[in-house]
Amino acid sequence: MLSKRIIVCLDVRDGQLTKGVRFQGNVDIGDPVDAARRYYLEGADEIVFYDITASAESRSIMLKVVERVAEAIFIPFSVGGGISSVARMRDVLLAGAEKISVNSAAVRYPGIISDGAEAFGSQAVVLGLDAKKVPPAGHCPSGYEVVIDGGRTPTGLDALAWALKAEALGAGEICLNSIDADGTLEGYELDLTALVSGAVEIPVIASGGAGAPAHLRDALVRGGASAALVASIVHYGTHPIPAIKEYLRSQGVAVRIPGVPGDGGLPGTGAGGTAGGGALP
Amino acid sequence: MPPNQDYIAIIDYRAGNQTSVHRALKHLDVEAVVTADLLTLTKAAGIVFPGVGAAGHAMGVLKDTGIDNIIRVLVGQGRPFLGICLGCQIMLAHSEENDAETLGVFPGDNLRFDHSLPDEDGKPIRVPHMGWNTVERRVRSSLFEGVGEDEQFYFVHSYYPVPPPELVIGTTFHGKTFASAFGKEGTWALQFHPEKSGPPGLKILRNFYEYSLSLPPPY
Repeated sequence: MLSKRIIVCLDVRDGQLTKGVRFQGNVDIGDPVDAARRYYLEGADEIVFYDITASAESRSIMLKVVERVAEAIFIPFSVGGGISSVARMRDVLLAGAEKISVNSAAVRYPGIISDGAEAFGSQAVVLGLDAKKVPPAGHCPSGYEVVIDGGRTPTGLDALAWALKAEALGAGEICLNSIDADGTLEGYELDLTALVSGAVEIPVIASGGAGAPAHLRDALVRGGASAALVASIVHYGTHPIPAIKEYLRSQGVAVRIPGVPGDGGLPGTGAGGTAGGGALP
Repeated sequence: MPPNQDYIAIIDYRAGNQTSVHRALKHLDVEAVVTADLLTLTKAAGIVFPGVGAAGHAMGVLKDTGIDNIIRVLVGQGRPFLGICLGCQIMLAHSEENDAETLGVFPGDNLRFDHSLPDEDGKPIRVPHMGWNTVERRVRSSLFEGVGEDEQFYFVHSYYPVPPPELVIGTTFHGKTFASAFGKEGTWALQFHPEKSGPPGLKILRNFYEYSLSLPPPY
């Protein structure tokens, strides 16, 4: 059965994490590659780098980060933030990312979704969608409006209609972020998550608001999300990924709990402790 | 020019994720080259055919470069071969995607997932099948030696392969049970991405390399 994914989000500015990440033992890490590697070994299913780009110069710094990450971790990872052209998508994918996520640029020029899907396949194109609760009326019948530029600019677009349009254009996945819940640590916006994940066929990643493992359970079960994005809840060291996954499994949520991590040459033992294919006929 | 030592060739067809497989092999200290050069392919100890993208496009490139015939010949001679994701699907004879005639190393077709199929929780499945899933072993294969039964692997695809039943090595459930690993000893196809599946995936790549080295040098 397909597992629900836990996706760790790391904010990067000029090649460094914007905030240090605290791992067990109070190790504070500022290097995105080190942090990604730690999360990889802890059992993160995927990693997202959000590039808080200030200049053209820092974009080439980001490509170097992507290359180093690709050599250090062997799970999928994506890059978002300021990606506004197919050429930039290509650079990031060639540097080693599996996926790129487009957000504001896709609202301004929706063709970037279809162009990207055409060039690299739908699986490489994630729509980042920031939604804000509004009174349901007129242009926003779903009660959620798409906002861009980090939540500062309302667009007048209905979030549900935009999600469906992005799917039709070829997006392979939607990372659905609630601007209202983001940073509150009070839980994902479940109505929004359920609304969009119930309407599209592609996977939906719930984002914004995770502060406790039960919040992930709610987004994945009640919200119907395929994955949950986490940031502060893991970065502060209070909820390590293995503990979150054990909790989710105890709640009946299918998750991946990897065997003993090694360099790849070591035999995995699996969560159930069975070794190899020795028991097979 | 081919490297002057045993190496794995990764087929370059200008669409796939060759760099990911290359990095994973490098991490395992395996000599590997990404190439479309026929001589370099011919002299490789083993060949990996990775892939994302559409079946029709990939087949077009393989035909234009003559790599399609080289693959058929080398596989026929028992050269170790590993198709990944699209590279797995293309080993069968046909794909619903672009209605493409594919390599036909094995008979079989690739079909699109039906979104209306229920998953184990009763909800319609997501298409693409994206994320981590298990591979239930049906027969023993040296490719999976030392890989735990409960390990999961990273999938991302909208079509699934339907090989002859006698070739099925492992199966996965997504709305229906499909062959996620198939082939015969030395000629393997994996629907998931071992290069993106953490340590158990890397172990599979290492197994492939060790199998390749266990055969006499190819000339």
